[in-house]
Amino acid sequence: MATIIVVTSGKGGVGKTTTSASFATGLAQRGYRTVVIDFDVGLRNLDLIMGCERRVVYDFVNVINNEANLNQALIRDKRVENLYILPASQTRDKEALTKEGVERVLNELKVGFDYIVCDSPAGIERGALMALYFADQALVVTNPEVSSVRDSDRILGILASKSLRAEQGDEPVKEHLVLARYAPERADRGDMLSVNDVLEILGIPLLGVIPESQTVLQSSNAGVPVILEDTSEAGAAYGDLVDRFLGKDLPHRFTSAQKKGFLQRLFGGS
Amino acid sequence: MLLRSLHFTGEEAPPFELKGSLFTLTVLHLFQLDRAAIERHLAEKIKQAPSFFNNTPVVIDLEGMTDSPEGLDFNGLYELLRAHGMVPVGIRNGTPMQQAAARLAGLPALPESRSANNGKKPERAEAALMRSRIVSHPIRSGQQIYAPEGDLIVLGAVSAGAEVIADGNIHVYGALRGRALAGVRGATETRIFCQSLEAELVSIAGRYRISEQIDPADRGKATQIHLMEDRLIIEHLSR
Repeated sequence: MATIIVVTSGKGGVGKTTTSASFATGLAQRGYRTVVIDFDVGLRNLDLIMGCERRVVYDFVNVINNEANLNQALIRDKRVENLYILPASQTRDKEALTKEGVERVLNELKVGFDYIVCDSPAGIERGALMALYFADQALVVTNPEVSSVRDSDRILGILASKSLRAEQGDEPVKEHLVLARYAPERADRGDMLSVNDVLEILGIPLLGVIPESQTVLQSSNAGVPVILEDTSEAGAAYGDLVDRFLGKDLPHRFTSAQKKGFLQRLFGGS
Repeated sequence: MLLRSLHFTGEEAPPFELKGSLFTLTVLHLFQLDRAAIERHLAEKIKQAPSFFNNTPVVIDLEGMTDSPEGLDFNGLYELLRAHGMVPVGIRNGTPMQQAAARLAGLPALPESRSANNGKKPERAEAALMRSRIVSHPIRSGQQIYAPEGDLIVLGAVSAGAEVIADGNIHVYGALRGRALAGVRGATETRIFCQSLEAELVSIAGRYRISEQIDPADRGKATQIHLMEDRLIIEHLSR
């Protein structure tokens, strides 16, 4: 039975789609059958980041409305085996996402996949609620900045109260923090919140820190999930993140400024 | 159940259903019918907790009110309370004459539940103790938790943008970064305790202080907040 993971944040522009694309790609690279669904109906982006925008025929809403079946709508990734994309509709709005429709599609996907990654739209409205409603686990993407952290806090509250698991009183949705666009030098200077600041406010386990990087922008524009750029810091950080998700115990990298980080490691500092 | 199924067999679904339910309502215990005095007092209460008087349903308790020759003007009282954001839904106690007058004004006399308990104070104290609400998860931005008629105990942080409210005391075993309002029904002896005071607002029985008015020396400290002669006092908790 597949595990459903929502990638969410509350705030827009913090790296949800980038994270969804790389996370799903990473899981597939490691041999798990993975599908990533774009819940941002009307503002579809995941297909661009995944580089499959020219192959979209049918979409998520078509499947919900029984205008196409899943096999017609799922796009197979050309680079990584076991990876499929279910794109959003660009011409509809979020009202097309009915609870019954989403549940039916997820149940169908559960049969053939190990992981279902739901890329949530920003906000706390219907699209975001539907993306997280059926989730077993959540990656909460945050930038080291107060408004982003507060919005993530709000989303964590919604996960704890409005998800199916919360409504049924099941074990709560497992929460993971992804701190994206992190610049250690700026955190050291106090321009940005530090990893510890964010952890103190949100109080959920840290899954990964993704450093601010030019590569993210370049690979987005090129339609390549940044995790495939494994020589870049951001790509390597996503690789670690996926391994940690799958249970490997890896130290966090890219959390301190270069030179200092080296010295700290030498002298056993944290 | 049987009756209902007999009645509606083969017909469309019934348009409504009557059910009994229990509600917690605010009781306005009337001591005297001096309109001006009531109005003055109300205005003061509302100033302390404006959001509390937003179409709040109230029951008017007439216990101890004696029949006066001119009777009670329930229509006038109704208008007065409505004008101040309260919605009278009925009366409690009162003499038969007062109850008749209330009925004319559209205010039913609610069956007395407490009078049977008169003189059994310890039982009530025990009931209040039972109503403490314990929340074992952190309270996130946008969430509001209310403990009616008791204490609220939070085993975690209260985030900025979250609100914790209690008729009794509030205990936060974590950082208090949101708003905390204790004694919202006027219990001035209630207190707020927290492990790290970083609140946006703290209030006891309507007296409040916003973040700006909290001494920076108290921020981030384990504190208790209580009222002394109508002033909010913030004290560090010694270890």
